Amino acid sequence: MFRFALRRSAWAIPTLFLVTFLVYIALRMGTDPLASYMRSNPRATRSKIAQYKELNGLGSNFVTGYFSWLQNFVTFNWPRSIKGSREVWPELKDALANSARLGAAATTVGVSIGLTIGIFAALRPGGKRDVAVNTVAFVGISIPPYISSILLQLLFAVYWSKWFGSTLFPTSGVYPPGQDGFNLVLMLKHMALPTVVVAIQIIAVYSRYMRSSLLDVLNSDYMRTARSKGLSEFRVLMRHGVRNALIPVITIAALDIGAIVGGLIITENIFDYPGTGKYFLSAFANGDFPLLMPLMVIIVGSVLLFNLIADLSYAILDPRIRLD
Amino acid sequence: MAESVLSIRDLRVTFQTQMGELCAVRGVDVDIAAGEILGVVGESGSGKSVSFLAAMGLLPATATVTGSVMLDGVELIGAKKKLVRSIRGRLMSMVFQDPLSALNPVHRVGDQIVEMIQSHQKIDETKAFARAVELLEIVGIPQPDERAKQYPHEFSGGMRQRVVIAMAIANNPKVLIADEPTTALDVTVQAQILEVIQRVQQSFGTAVVLITHDLGVIARVADSVNVMYAGRNVESGSVQDLFDHPSHPYTRGLLSSLPQEGIERLIPIAGFPPNMLAPPPGCGFAPRCPHVIQSCNASLPSLVPFEGLMTSCIRADELRIGGLRS
Amino acid sequence: MTEIVIPTFTPRQLAWKRFIGHKAAVVCSIVLVLLALAVILSPLTARYGVNESVKAPPNSYLSPSKLAWLGTDDIGRDLYSRLIYGTRVSLLIGLCSAFISVFVGCVVGAIAGFRGGRFDDVIMRVTDLFLAFPFLVALLVVRNMFGSVDWLTFIIGDMSSLRFIIFLLSFFGWMGVARIVRGQVLALKEREFIEAARAAGASRSYIIKRHLLPNSIGPIMVALTFSVVGAISGEATLSFFGYGPQPGAGATSLGLLVGQAKGAVQTGFWWIALFPCLILVLISLCINFIGDALRDATDPRLDATK
Repeated sequence: MFRFALRRSAWAIPTLFLVTFLVYIALRMGTDPLASYMRSNPRATRSKIAQYKELNGLGSNFVTGYFSWLQNFVTFNWPRSIKGSREVWPELKDALANSARLGAAATTVGVSIGLTIGIFAALRPGGKRDVAVNTVAFVGISIPPYISSILLQLLFAVYWSKWFGSTLFPTSGVYPPGQDGFNLVLMLKHMALPTVVVAIQIIAVYSRYMRSSLLDVLNSDYMRTARSKGLSEFRVLMRHGVRNALIPVITIAALDIGAIVGGLIITENIFDYPGTGKYFLSAFANGDFPLLMPLMVIIVGSVLLFNLIADLSYAILDPRIRLD
Repeated sequence: MAESVLSIRDLRVTFQTQMGELCAVRGVDVDIAAGEILGVVGESGSGKSVSFLAAMGLLPATATVTGSVMLDGVELIGAKKKLVRSIRGRLMSMVFQDPLSALNPVHRVGDQIVEMIQSHQKIDETKAFARAVELLEIVGIPQPDERAKQYPHEFSGGMRQRVVIAMAIANNPKVLIADEPTTALDVTVQAQILEVIQRVQQSFGTAVVLITHDLGVIARVADSVNVMYAGRNVESGSVQDLFDHPSHPYTRGLLSSLPQEGIERLIPIAGFPPNMLAPPPGCGFAPRCPHVIQSCNASLPSLVPFEGLMTSCIRADELRIGGLRS
Repeated sequence: MTEIVIPTFTPRQLAWKRFIGHKAAVVCSIVLVLLALAVILSPLTARYGVNESVKAPPNSYLSPSKLAWLGTDDIGRDLYSRLIYGTRVSLLIGLCSAFISVFVGCVVGAIAGFRGGRFDDVIMRVTDLFLAFPFLVALLVVRNMFGSVDWLTFIIGDMSSLRFIIFLLSFFGWMGVARIVRGQVLALKEREFIEAARAAGASRSYIIKRHLLPNSIGPIMVALTFSVVGAISGEATLSFFGYGPQPGAGATSLGLLVGQAKGAVQTGFWWIALFPCLILVLISLCINFIGDALRDATDPRLDATK
C-alpha cells in the first residue's frame, strides 16, 4: 500500500513539471507577456524591462526561460502583477480561500444530495422516484452554470425584492459594501446562490453515477449472501451495496474536479464573487502573466493531487487492486 | 421417522414477468429431520433453488409465495419480515452456488463471518472474530487466524466455498441449505466440500438440504432424495429405494443418463422441459415421457406411496421396474 | 397447450423499437427537428433581419408584444428573429465540431485500443489530464496560443472566426470519444467472434470494418450526441465571457445572446435573459435525452424482452 502510494506520487512530480512547462509555453505564446507589460507601462526604463523579463523567465528560448521562471517561483521571488504592479501572493491567497470555501460548500451539498438521490433511484429502477431523479438529473446536466446563475439572479436580484420587498439572498460579492470583518450569516447568505449553482451540476452528475453503479452492485450475488445472513435491509444496502458502489464513483470523481473548478470560475464571475475565477478572468483579459502562472501551477497541482487521492482511495476501498 | 425440523407444504411460487405469470414452483412438499441430509435433484428451471430461496424469504418482490414453510414449529410464509430476518442466518442459513461471487470482495473474510455472528448474537468484536477463526478451522482452512484477515480474492474457489460454509454454520443453524455448492468447483475440490458438509451435519446434527443436479453427489452423501420436475415433486424417498427401484420415468431417465459400470451408452432424455409460463395441465413430464397415455395429461398427479417411495406417476404400478427390465 | 411465440428482431430493429419506446426521446427528437427546420428555413421563419429594428426609435427593450413576440434588445432588434439566427450559428458550430471530434476520436481510440502498448499509454495519459483540467481555463489558454501562431490562423482563421472556434472545440472534443471507442475496442477484442474471425484469417481492416465498427456504432452515436452538446455549450461559454466567435455584421450566436442576458438581469428586462437561456437549455436537454435513449437502445446487454 505504501509503495503503491509512493509510486503514484513519484509519477505525479514529473507530470507536474511537464504540464507547467506546457502551460508556460501556452501562456507565453497566448498572452504575449512582454507586449502586455509595455502596454501597461509605456514609459518603463530599459532596466525595469530587463528585470521584468528576468523575473518572469521571458528571456531567450522556452526551455531556459521556463527554468529561470521556475527558479524564481520556487524561491518565492515572484514578480509583481503587470497591471497596478501589485504583490501576487496576497491576492492569490484571498482568491484561493474564497474559492475553496465556495467549492467545499458546493461539493459537500452536491455530493451528499447527489449520492442520496442516486441511491433512492437505484432502489426501484423504473419506479416513480427513479424516473423523477433521472429527469431532474438530466435537466441539471443540461443547464450550464451561467444559465442557472442568470436565472437565479433574475429571480433573487430583481423579482424577490419586487414581490416580497426584501432581499433574501444577495447576488454579488462575499459581503455587502462597507462590511468589515467576519460575519458568518452575511457570508453564508452571499454564498448561498453560487453554492446552489455549482451544487446543481454536482448533484446531477453524482446521482447518475451512483444510480448506475449501485444498480450493478445490487444485482450481484454477495448482496443475496448478505441478505441470507438476516441483516437489516439498511445494513445490507449500506455496508454491502453502497460501500461497493462507491468504488467506481470515486474514480470518476477525480476526473470531475476539473469540471467543478470550471463551474466555480464561471459562477464566481457572474456573482462577482472574489475567488480564483474572477482572478483568472481579469488576469487573462489583461494578459497578466505574473498573476496567471502561479494560479496555473496551483490548478495543475490540485488536479494531479486529486487524481492521486482518488487513486489511493480507490486502492483503500478496493482490496483487489491493492497488491500490485 | 423423526420429527421434521423443516416442513414445507404445498409451496407455490409465481413470478410476474413481462410475458405473463411464470409458475416456478407448483406445490412442493419437503420434510427433513435433524441430522438428515436431503438431496433435492432436478434440472435447471425445475424450481429446486427457487423453492428454498422462497423458504428463506430471499426472492425478489416480483415473486408471490403461498403455502406453508414450518421451521421448528414456526410458520415463515406470511410471517412478519422481522421474524423471518431473525431466523435467516440463525436457524436456517444458506450456501450458494458460486463461491467466487458470493463473498463481498471488499471486506475481510473474517469480518464477513463476524457480521453473520453479530447480527444474531450480542457478542463483542474480538470474541466474534475468535469464533470466526474457530469456524474457519472447523471447515478445514489451514492457518485460520491468518486467513481470516485476508480478502476473498486471496482464496481459491474451494477455499472460498469453505468460508461460505463457515459463515453459514456460524450461528449453529438447525437447517443448512446448500444450493449447488459444488457445481462451480473442480471435481477433486467437490469431494472435499461434500466432506465438509457431511462433517458439519454429523458433528452439529444440522439438517442439510443439498440442492444439486448431480445424482452422483446425492448417492454419495444424501439420506433421502426429492426429485423435482417442472416445479413439482415427482418422486421422493430414501436414497437406497430410489436408486434401487425408481418408480417415475423421469427419475429413471435421470439414472440412465448417469455413467454406470457395464453400460456403454448413456441414454439422454429426449425433448425439453415445459414452458413454465404455460405449464401443461397434467403431469409435467408427459410431453417427454416414453410411457405417456392419455390420462397423464388429464390432471396434475399427486404424490402417492409406492414400494417405499412417494411417486407422482399414475402408471408406476404398470411400469414397475421388473416389468420394464423384461 | 398454447404456443408461446417469441418475436425475433434484428439488432437494428430492436434498437429502433426500444428508441421509439423511450417517449421523452421521441418528443425531444420532434422538438429538435422542428427547431432545425425553423433554423434552416430562417428566411421564412424569422420576422426581421438580423440587424433590423422592429420600428423607428424609441425601440429599445420593448417587452414582448405583437410587434416583437419575444421583445427587443438594447437597439430595438427583434429577439425572436435573433434567436433563430443565433441558433443557426450555434447548431452549425455544434454539429461541425462534433463530427470532427467524433471522427478524430474514433481513429485515435481505435488505434490506441488495437495497438495498445506505449502509444495507448501516452494517449490515455494525455486525455486523462485534459479531461481533468478545468475546461474553460484550458479552452482560453489554448485559444490564445493557437491565435498567436501565424500559419495556424492562416488555415483556421483568426480567433474570432467560426472556423477557428470549430477547430478549437474539436481540439478538445475528441478525447472523450477516443476514450469510449478505445474501451469498446478493448472489450470487443476479447470477444469470441473477433477471435473466431482472426482465427479464420480475416485481415485487420476487415475485422475493423465488419465487426468492430458495427458493434461500436451505438456508443459512437451516443458520443456524437454528447459532443454536440459539449460543443454548443463550449461555444456559449466562450461567447459568454467575450472570447467567442464574432460572426460579423451583427450576426449572433446563442452564446452571445446569453452573454447579453448577463447584462440585462439587474435591469429587469427578463425576456432578454430568459428566452436565450431557455433555448440553449432546451437544445442540450433534448440532445442529452436522445443520447441517453440511444445508449439504452443500442446496449446489447439489455434484455431483449424489456
